[in-house]
Amino acid sequence: MLNAVFISVGFLAACGGFLAAVLVMAEKKILNYGPCEIDINAGERELTVDGGSTLLSALAENSIFIPSACGGRGSCAYCKLKVSEGAGFVGPVEEPHLTSEELKTGVRLSCQVKIRNDLKIEIPKELFAVKHFRAKLIGKEMLTYDIAGLRIELIEPQTIDFVAGQYIQLESEEYKGREEVMRAYSISSVPSDNRHIELMIRKVPEGICTTWVFDYLQEEKELYFSGPYGEFHMSDTNAPIIFIAGGSGMAPIWSIIQKMVEKGIQRNAVYFFGAISQKDLFYADELNKIADSSEWFKFVPALSQEPEDSDWQGEQGLITDVVKRYFPDTSAHEAYLCGSPGMINACVSVLTEGGMPEEKIYYDKFA
Amino acid sequence: MDVLHSGIIQTFFLILISATFTDNILLTRFLGMCSCLGVSKKVDASLGLGLAVIFVTACTAVINYLVFQFLLVPLGIAYLKLIVFIIVIAAFVQFVEMVIERVSIKLYFSLGIFLPLITVNCAILGTSLFMLNKPYSLLQAFAFGLGSGLGWFLAITIIGGIREKINEASVPRGLEGPGITLIIIGIMALAFVGFSGMIKI
Repeated sequence: MLNAVFISVGFLAACGGFLAAVLVMAEKKILNYGPCEIDINAGERELTVDGGSTLLSALAENSIFIPSACGGRGSCAYCKLKVSEGAGFVGPVEEPHLTSEELKTGVRLSCQVKIRNDLKIEIPKELFAVKHFRAKLIGKEMLTYDIAGLRIELIEPQTIDFVAGQYIQLESEEYKGREEVMRAYSISSVPSDNRHIELMIRKVPEGICTTWVFDYLQEEKELYFSGPYGEFHMSDTNAPIIFIAGGSGMAPIWSIIQKMVEKGIQRNAVYFFGAISQKDLFYADELNKIADSSEWFKFVPALSQEPEDSDWQGEQGLITDVVKRYFPDTSAHEAYLCGSPGMINACVSVLTEGGMPEEKIYYDKFA
Repeated sequence: MDVLHSGIIQTFFLILISATFTDNILLTRFLGMCSCLGVSKKVDASLGLGLAVIFVTACTAVINYLVFQFLLVPLGIAYLKLIVFIIVIAAFVQFVEMVIERVSIKLYFSLGIFLPLITVNCAILGTSLFMLNKPYSLLQAFAFGLGSGLGWFLAITIIGGIREKINEASVPRGLEGPGITLIIIGIMALAFVGFSGMIKI
């Protein structure tokens, strides 16, 4: 009896092991494409990489970091690159993310392009400035019941050059069987303090990265991130600004406002902070202080579900309604939004109704 | 007459034809239904998946026959055939996927999404299991596998063709998609049952 159990278990294990070994060896042998050349921006840089890996990971190995929030699974579509030669066929995973215009010009998801031969690709200049950082958490405080403020000191490289409004990609470590992931968070500190960055992170229930940040990332612990990424920053015009952001969406706005104070940029700006109730408010004192001591800045927090009998003196209602009340005509303004796709879509439609051209509305959508 | 002991070539073709028509794995045994319902919306997709199934069924029938006769039976663990066959089929499909990716990248991209579907296609596992019910030789097992694959290919291609046509007709809303497809398959199964008994193996 016992013998039969041993034979059957042993055979199954041997069978599985043998087939797995065969497959691993076959993959090494069959899918070995040898060294391939990647030509970036028509000769600006040439890389020689081992074929068989994806373009995204091959570039990351050579310290060129393309933004990617999903970690190469082809669901976030951040890692779009123009591949002018050698990309091969568009697969079923990337097809839904590409417009017909992009398909024509050779735009691909770099995480889905497998390197099988020499490639010619184009990378936007600013992505060359992206670096991989080793850093240390030196402060973690709860800003509200579900938003934490992190202060991070850079170790290697020691400094970071970024524009207020840009974001980084934080890399979570493995814990309790959850894999490592990369998630995008806006920097909330000012660029002049180039040895530190600060982040505002809202706890997402069951979120892989935020759970790691809240439960596993202790002060003095080392962490890794790459950046800076993003086109979200203040324009060069002098148009009055409407900032709209709630919750952890404050991060890039807070960075921009602090920079304006620091540099003495006296451009008219109103910051609409949308929240559910008073317990979701944070940094209100700091923002009010800036508003009280300057002519150009106004801070308008608005609560959507504050109880009737509360002591709240400020605005009530949905943030879109409040914006509309303040600025029925938005044709001369510029708007900077940060938040969920739903909130951004609602704000964009209110602002364009008021006469704002859509190219004057700047935002990063974080799903 | 006793088919299994007539001439080699004659037996081969009889088993092939019977597996394709009289014992059609999709229409008389209703195996491989899930991928059939999913993919049979268009003829060219049906063709692609069908061809891949023919190849994998025929090859895995041979491999599983050898594994069964020379490993499982001597070790006295024939009862493990189900799980061993699944592992073998999965590994084989992975292997084929790699070879195709290397040899013909064009075929890989047109067939690529179908190959993982085949790993869990019960028609293939069914073929490997059913062939053990008869005292087949290796060649006859190959004929049976090839025939089963051909039968599945035939059925899904016909269903794909009918569904393409039916898209132009107005189907009652509640029956759209899988509903009308199952009815079509049912009617086709009735037609194929008409073949049964023509060849007795």
